[in-house]
Amino acid sequence: MNRRFTQVGRSVPRVDAPAKLKGEAIYTGDMVLPGMAYGKIKRSIYAHALIKNIDYSKALALPGVLAVITGDEAPNKWGIVPQTANEVALAVGKVRFHGEGVAAVAAIDEETAEAALDLIDVEYEPLPVILDPFESMKRASEVCIHEDAPENILHAAEQLFGDPDKAFESCAYILEKEFHTSYVNHAFLEPHTALASFDRQSGKLQLWSSTQVPHYLHRQLSIVLEMPMSKIRVTVPAVGGGFGGKGEASSADFCAALLSRKIGKPVKMTFERSEVFATNKGRHPCHMKMKIGLDKDGYIQAVDFDNTLDGGAYAGWGMVVMFYTASMIHLPYKVPNARARVRRVYTNKPTCGAMRGLGGVQPRFAMECLLDEMAEIVGISPYELKMKNAIESGYRSVSNLYVPHTEYKKCLQTAVEKSGYLDKHGKLPFGKGIGLAGGYYISGTAYTLYQAYKPHTTVLIRVDTEGGVTLHCAAADIGQGCNTVMAQMAAEALGVHFEDVHVVSGDTELGTFDLGSFASRLTYAAGAAILEAAAEINKKLKEVAAGMLGCRADQLEIKDRRFYSIFESRKAIDWEKVVDVYTNTVGTLTGIGHFSPPRLKGIDLSRGVRVQGANIGHSPTFGFSSQIWEVDVDLETGKIRAEKVTEAGDCGQPVNPMSVDGQVEGSIMFVMGQALYEEMKLGPDGRMLNASLHDYKVPTAMELPEIDTTIVDSYDPTAPFGVKESGEGPVQPTIPAIVNAVYDAIGVRFTELPITPEKVLKALKEKKA
Amino acid sequence: MKKQLIQLEINDLIYEVPVNPRDLLVDVLRKKVGLTGTKKGCGQGDCGACTVLIDGAPVLSCITLAVACQGKKITTIEGLADAQGNLHPIQQSFMDHGAVQCGFCTPGMVLTAKALLDRDPSPTETEIKRSIAGNICRCTGYKKIVEAIAAAGATSKVEVQ
Repeated sequence: MNRRFTQVGRSVPRVDAPAKLKGEAIYTGDMVLPGMAYGKIKRSIYAHALIKNIDYSKALALPGVLAVITGDEAPNKWGIVPQTANEVALAVGKVRFHGEGVAAVAAIDEETAEAALDLIDVEYEPLPVILDPFESMKRASEVCIHEDAPENILHAAEQLFGDPDKAFESCAYILEKEFHTSYVNHAFLEPHTALASFDRQSGKLQLWSSTQVPHYLHRQLSIVLEMPMSKIRVTVPAVGGGFGGKGEASSADFCAALLSRKIGKPVKMTFERSEVFATNKGRHPCHMKMKIGLDKDGYIQAVDFDNTLDGGAYAGWGMVVMFYTASMIHLPYKVPNARARVRRVYTNKPTCGAMRGLGGVQPRFAMECLLDEMAEIVGISPYELKMKNAIESGYRSVSNLYVPHTEYKKCLQTAVEKSGYLDKHGKLPFGKGIGLAGGYYISGTAYTLYQAYKPHTTVLIRVDTEGGVTLHCAAADIGQGCNTVMAQMAAEALGVHFEDVHVVSGDTELGTFDLGSFASRLTYAAGAAILEAAAEINKKLKEVAAGMLGCRADQLEIKDRRFYSIFESRKAIDWEKVVDVYTNTVGTLTGIGHFSPPRLKGIDLSRGVRVQGANIGHSPTFGFSSQIWEVDVDLETGKIRAEKVTEAGDCGQPVNPMSVDGQVEGSIMFVMGQALYEEMKLGPDGRMLNASLHDYKVPTAMELPEIDTTIVDSYDPTAPFGVKESGEGPVQPTIPAIVNAVYDAIGVRFTELPITPEKVLKALKEKKA
Repeated sequence: MKKQLIQLEINDLIYEVPVNPRDLLVDVLRKKVGLTGTKKGCGQGDCGACTVLIDGAPVLSCITLAVACQGKKITTIEGLADAQGNLHPIQQSFMDHGAVQCGFCTPGMVLTAKALLDRDPSPTETEIKRSIAGNICRCTGYKKIVEAIAAAGATSKVEVQ
């Protein structure tokens, strides 16, 4: 940690907390515009069917109905990954999952819109429904989900680094197992909402949306509506959580916009909870085989990974997720030889997409559990095995991922010491257990999905007498707190107080370019851009201050809202006075900063061969986390009770330690749900059986264990302000740490999620037999 | 169904609103009265975001009929700050403890906490957890919320003494 900082490193309350606490924060669903109509979507009752005909004449005749649209009116395909764009605003000719939108209505109120949905007649020709990825591949010649994917595979890839086959031959220990993860949803609390207002006279559209990615939404709207981006403005009011689920456009965005354009009035569309489940974009169920080989001393020699991702009906983020699962096996341990064979398969389920810790959570589960088991085989503690193999600062993986700085070993050590892991592991009474796992995540990178070289983030800082400091950036604060940390970083860079900085974000017209809130990129990316913008401002203000003080500009420092000479402390002047003089003589002062992550190719370093998708968006740094879970398994009911979590994380320099703690605690409870409770269930016809927060079980406060988190002392000298991510690394170790703890408790190694009481009781019964 | 004009007492003010007998309190508050601080996360009584207080007790406004609230005192999140707009001690505690992230569960969570602390200013940790078990938060992991409620309880207890 850098202790010279005064604004970075402060646990200040969120800037938006008071408004949220008083019920005054405006979310998209709270907005009302004059003459506003309400939109609703008619959804498919089949998971796979041809649409033979849609008759909406009766709906249109219902008093109060203003317009009805179908997919034919906006057939342009959109997709967050342009190479695989295959979604449409509303189904065209065919539905591929139960609940897919087939028509949309705008009416004077929601009740009328809902009544109109019942009056739309859709004639379907049902097709066979495929819900299993292996069945999908097997029956591809007979049941085709997308015409351009004859194997029912979106994409498949093989990545080879070094010579794993040869390496396995000389390994002293080899273990291979299958792991299966479940079909889970983000369950953010605010359902998707969009409010569109098209102005016929100017031809402009403004869309307010509960999105994480105003820019990508902006682009997709431009494609679907066939309007230039300059005629579209995307504004992000307060957002009630995203976790990746609002990381691409939703059909609410398109339908609200299309309906508004059709009737020339604002249209608001808010999803029901069942629609949030129906449109999903949650975590991919992964069917994985992982094989790890260790030499006689316990050092990893090779990893072989095979992953079949169940992608659901459309492409979404799928290709990116698939490549991430492959590239995630290269860290946080030294893996000299590796192979990944991965494929993302279409099924007739609501589409999978991005979810907190995208692509990392599934392979992490496999790897950390396998290593736990291998430690037992080798006869050493899992802690010792992981420490032995853990990477250090300056490590370059065989796939060319470069880690400039890591305190991963310190994370492992801290969690082990604070939890008393070594005294407890293997020594607790039957039914009680303790488990260790580690993990990491990318930080500061993203893949500009449409292959442009433009900077990922641009920050404009404006300084003048009127506004003080105003920071413009079209980043989206979805509850993670970027508006607060951007203000802290700007204040630090300018030598003022965080309270002095006004942040203008979440608007593509008022804010400068930003890719969006995903991939734990924003603190790093915005931080770098802020430093560049602030340097420009400081240089100009120092020249004026130097003139006022009678010294040289390069002798001045700015701190605590004052300019002072580093040689003569009496030569000092208030920051505001300098700004006043600058504004009165030159005018408003602006500084602009950009950030692009470095571009490193994904190559096999041992052979010098370029490997497709191996290094998707080179990450300038990585965050790390280690967790130790203590569980109590009820041998009568099979229920697993998490007692205590000891976490230690490396997020570099924390900008706002209280916010970091919040991210870490939130991560832990979020993924605990996937480990123990959460799973979307589908009937054989593809209908979702638990599309409510009553039947889809997310953790409540009653499941909250004791949580002890530590921000380990860390500072990445290559990063702006020394920062790294803090909101996705801590989700990585949770599942394997719980699974390893359950093994320690009852001697059963679960490889399929979630670990429900039924599975526990069955396993205990089998163990006895 | 025919609309009727009813009177609702919300945050110590009387509002006259035309409602259908089947109109839900959450929709009446949000759309007719304009108090959008009450959030709708599921519409089925599962998530707790729509919690309001009726005669001091937490109630899920998305499964409560507006007509059934006549003659009762309704408190929404907008009614918690004092007349000058200062935060209620529970709101202040949530802010100071970093218990707010996306904020969508916050109004319901704060009101549930108020009902608990009004009943018992020094609840145990388990009592706090039990009282907010019907309020889902997907961001914070609950830890800071539990801490904020405990601290607010301790503060108000001091004030009482």
